[in-house]
Amino acid sequence: MTDGEREDERDMVAANAKLRLAASRSAETDLVIDDVSMHFDTREGRITAVDGVSFAVERGEFVSIIGPSGCGKSTVFNILGGLIGGYEGTVSVGGEIVTGPHPSVGMVFQEESTFPWRTVIDNVAFPLEVKGVGKVERHEVARRFIDMVGLAGFEQRYPSELSGGMRQRVAIARTLVFEPKILLMDEPFAALDEQTRLLLGDKVLKIQQDLKQTTLLITHNITEAVQLSDRVVIMTFRPGRVKRIVDIRLPRPRDGGVIGSEAFGRYVAEIWNDLREEASRGMAESEAGARKGRG
Amino acid sequence: MKAGSMKGLSVPPLLIGFGTVGLALGLVEIMLMLGLLNRFVVPFPSAVFGSFGRLFAEEELFERLLQTGAEALAASVLVAVFGIVIGVVLYRFRILRLATEPWVAAVAAAPIVLAYPLFLVIFGRSAATIVAMGFAAGLAPVVLKTLEGLNGVRKSLIDVGRSYNLSQSQLFWKILLPAAVPTIFVGVRLGLVFALINLIGVEFLINFGGLGQLINDLAERYDLPAMFATIVFVVLVSVVIFAALERMERWFRPAR
Ligand SMILES: Nc1ncnc2c1ncn2[C@@H]1O[C@H](COP(=O)(O)OP(=O)(O)OP(=O)(O)O)[C@@H](O)[C@H]1O
Ligand SMILES: [Mg+2]
Repeated sequence: MTDGEREDERDMVAANAKLRLAASRSAETDLVIDDVSMHFDTREGRITAVDGVSFAVERGEFVSIIGPSGCGKSTVFNILGGLIGGYEGTVSVGGEIVTGPHPSVGMVFQEESTFPWRTVIDNVAFPLEVKGVGKVERHEVARRFIDMVGLAGFEQRYPSELSGGMRQRVAIARTLVFEPKILLMDEPFAALDEQTRLLLGDKVLKIQQDLKQTTLLITHNITEAVQLSDRVVIMTFRPGRVKRIVDIRLPRPRDGGVIGSEAFGRYVAEIWNDLREEASRGMAESEAGARKGRG
Repeated sequence: MKAGSMKGLSVPPLLIGFGTVGLALGLVEIMLMLGLLNRFVVPFPSAVFGSFGRLFAEEELFERLLQTGAEALAASVLVAVFGIVIGVVLYRFRILRLATEPWVAAVAAAPIVLAYPLFLVIFGRSAATIVAMGFAAGLAPVVLKTLEGLNGVRKSLIDVGRSYNLSQSQLFWKILLPAAVPTIFVGVRLGLVFALINLIGVEFLINFGGLGQLINDLAERYDLPAMFATIVFVVLVSVVIFAALERMERWFRPAR
């Protein structure tokens, strides 16, 4: 065997391995976004919210998307949730091509989404109610999740009687209550103070690990992304593209020790470097837009 | 605690309200006595209140109240049911809505009471005419407010429902309707006000039925104190009805 032949053989083996990987991946991959673009027609013309975005989330994996405001994160979220159509590219959830909301997906929305006419407990029990679970049972389950998000004692309050952060926790509990296999969260912790955010992040992470949930978290917060994720997808400002995907190779559980570590700091710095460029571009563009609008 | 503070706030305004009315009436009384106002045009407030006994005993005020009340109730139920149903149908079918909404808004602003001869021809001089008038006058605001309420439901709430794969009817009963209820109720309250005003107005115009007819009768007999007393009575009844409606509304949408 010549050297050349040996090299060919190695290439073949490598190619086969890659193929096998792809095959195993399609079975085990819960979220796939493949070369997806989405345009919106607005009064100012056609804008490209998302441009050729591709990434995948394996079963049980925790992936975060981070990117400047307006880069198309919520658009990706809505596409994966089956709430909007009209995009180019392929999207699959749980191994099936998306045609509408997938039953094993739970979504936490960025905007206020609690039902003002329902008490906290009836808000949280809502998904069980529509599934036909009896009142006693669904209230019992709901109570457990209300406890978990730290709202015990507020069961009978109405959302208007809670703070914004508390309402967001109600929304999180409402999504977790039916234990979805796939969890999509759009800036769920944005309205929370730093301490609550850390504590709640821990709890969500614990549930995620217990249930082996496939999780996609959208966030602005770099520390949060590094603390919780296996991988972080960094997106560019308009048009929204994937700039880089960072593997976070930190041991779990990510307790105080890990968060204080040098490696943790390095990941944060690395992502911040990528983001800074995008964020400043975003700021400059919106300032220019505002000037043009005024002029 | 909460009830206490609410009481503390709401009793003085009530007292001040009654006090102001009492003071104004007292002034009118004094001006009449001094001859500053014409006694043949303005009755003594004391005589107005004095005539209540006569009204109940001789003019069957209570029976007339029941009669007008029954008509009002019929018109209200019709207004609420048809108004909400029509609103929902228009919401579901965009084309219908685009075609009819301006017309409904125009009807809401029109003085429908002027159309009473038409109703008189269709239904005759009967309670049916009166109920139909009340219904026609109260319908438009309920339709408009129902539409407004349904159109105004926040998108994120609908998205929550969609993300749980709710059926169309679940989405409607569990999310759209409850979210729209506060606005719909404003429409119902407006509709009932319109219906009641027109109802009594038509009773007066066609000289048929309950309180409106009584006011007409008393005016023709030039029994001014009794006429004013009846008007005061109508106002009091309206106040009670709207207070009750407000209660009901609060019951429908606890804590907002
Ligand atoms: N329904 C829509 N109609 C028109 N334009 C839209 C629509 N939804 C989103 N866009 C536009 O698409 C772009 C991406 O929006 P998106 O909401 O996905 O951003 P985002 O990354 O979630 O921002 P943020 O972090 O501020 O929530 C924005 O420029 C926005 O103006
Ligand atoms: Mg967003």
